[in-house]
Amino acid sequence: MGKLYERLMQDVRFQEGLKACIHCGTCTAICPAAEFYVYDPRQIVDILQTQDDRQIEELLKSETIWYCGECMSCVTRCPRGNAPGLIIIALRSLSQEMGYFTESEKGRQQLALKRTVGQWMLDYGYCLYAPLISAKQHPEQGPVWEWEQKHLGDVMDRLGANLNRPGPGVLRRIPPESLEEIRRIFEVTGGLDRFDKIEKFSRIKALEMGLEIGEGTDSEYFARIYLGE
Amino acid sequence: MDIEGKRNIWKEYQKEIADDHYFYVRSCVRQNFFPGAETVFLRILRDLLNKDIFENPSHTSCSGICYHSDIIPFETTMTVIARQFSLMTDAGYKNFVTSCITSFGLYSEVMETWRHFPEKKDQAREFLRKATGRDFEVPVNVAHASDIIFKFRKEIAAKAKYRLINRETGKPLRVVEHIGCHYSKMFPEKGIGGAEYPYVLIGMIEEWGGEVVDYPERRHCCGFGFRQYLVRANRGLSLSCSKKKFDSMEPYHPELILTNCPGCPMFLDRWQYVMSEMEGKTYGPDGEAIPVFTYEELAGLVLGYDPWDIGLQVHQVPVEPLLRKMGIPFDPEKKFLGPGGKFMGEPQLPANFICK
Ligand code: SF4
Ligand code: SF4
Repeated sequence: MGKLYERLMQDVRFQEGLKACIHCGTCTAICPAAEFYVYDPRQIVDILQTQDDRQIEELLKSETIWYCGECMSCVTRCPRGNAPGLIIIALRSLSQEMGYFTESEKGRQQLALKRTVGQWMLDYGYCLYAPLISAKQHPEQGPVWEWEQKHLGDVMDRLGANLNRPGPGVLRRIPPESLEEIRRIFEVTGGLDRFDKIEKFSRIKALEMGLEIGEGTDSEYFARIYLGE
Repeated sequence: MDIEGKRNIWKEYQKEIADDHYFYVRSCVRQNFFPGAETVFLRILRDLLNKDIFENPSHTSCSGICYHSDIIPFETTMTVIARQFSLMTDAGYKNFVTSCITSFGLYSEVMETWRHFPEKKDQAREFLRKATGRDFEVPVNVAHASDIIFKFRKEIAAKAKYRLINRETGKPLRVVEHIGCHYSKMFPEKGIGGAEYPYVLIGMIEEWGGEVVDYPERRHCCGFGFRQYLVRANRGLSLSCSKKKFDSMEPYHPELILTNCPGCPMFLDRWQYVMSEMEGKTYGPDGEAIPVFTYEELAGLVLGYDPWDIGLQVHQVPVEPLLRKMGIPFDPEKKFLGPGGKFMGEPQLPANFICK
């Protein structure tokens, strides 16, 4: 048993997710990602069962582990009670801890997620926050969202929301002391540490690729990973 | 649909849902995209059913979208969830109701993890204490908000002004139901009806007069996939999942879609717009698109609330043809009025959407 496998075994999601696979392929048959990408959760489970660190390292650096949508459809159907979706979460965690995620195009996208939903959670207490979901970055949201964005305060008021104001209600302003509690939770539990690692390894990669990375969402590197390479 | 066999399965998946005194936590997706749905949910519970449902303004997102985007460790999410439980404990509640399906799945996962690995619960308690000085009790009952509407579906039917029936033909409306993946695919016993034949939305449709339509890809994911939608480069996967569902349901002529996850209705609504732009294709009757509703919105509609009060103007797919079919009166002039009757301009109707 190699070191990487040992680290995976410390993750409760891995312990829960990988019992004994009989390679029936049911997970792959039901998987929505397997229909879209060259992606085979059965094969991932197969590789892990070898416990071979060389193959696991390759996997952690590959595109493959980033194709899953974590829908957990495979969990319902696996006849052996495995959870490929949970195994993927454990693999992605380790890939980021080791700094391997920047080796793949899809893995590099972690920085975009950290700088959007991750930052919004810390800054506002919401993983998604309407004032920052721009119509320009979201053409699929259509004319209705463009209109809402133009009149956001009024639309929210009309529908009984409490946008950016104190008190209860839809999109209320979460009190600063609560946001401080969330920040402290991130600090104590390793959330901020994960964020730092994503930034650190992405910076190294950006330098290697000759792209400016900046701090926010308008750098060359961000555009490259967010829009596709 | 072979209903007998399914009724036997449903009997096995009964779930305890608290009757009153709920601690409510909101959904970030629903707040952003369907604000009126949460407003009408609270209105139904408080004003119509006389229930006690409490919201603490200090609660936050459960961090589930960060967790399933894999940018934070499990320990962070477990502790954010422990904080939500702490707010519930402080307020003297034991019944936890969440508006979001991702959250519902995650609360279930965290509580199951704590059951199997009690040391992880101790760890979350210690992290929470260290970070905030708080302590918490685990809820006695955790329900998704759709479980609550399901529980009171008969009371709602008794007070309903409209039914899911075509006023002209007298026929029941053909309804597709779509269940969010995280409602019961991980823990079938935590959803009403289980994972293969969830009953939570069917119960509402049947009770309110509609006919449930079966189709091959009924349990396929809407395609959210977290990073698969949130990063623009990946959105093709998200769209293709929804397309697969629409192609599969089309031959069964559905007239409306009912959902319990906050994300699915947004995707099923918006991707219809995108397909109409990309391929000139629509999936509803007479070239229309198919309106997609949340259970709160549909409950509000049958109860006779004004469609513009419950937020149907922020759907991309126009709902007017369906309102007419059901005989629900509405004032088109008021659709885009803001607070105090102020006109806010109108979004353009997508070129390939028909709205008679
Ligand atoms: S469904 Fe389960 S047993 Fe079958 S290949 Fe997938 S993980 Fe292995
Ligand atoms: S959780 Fe991932 S591997 Fe499992 S079915 Fe969904 S996309 Fe496929």
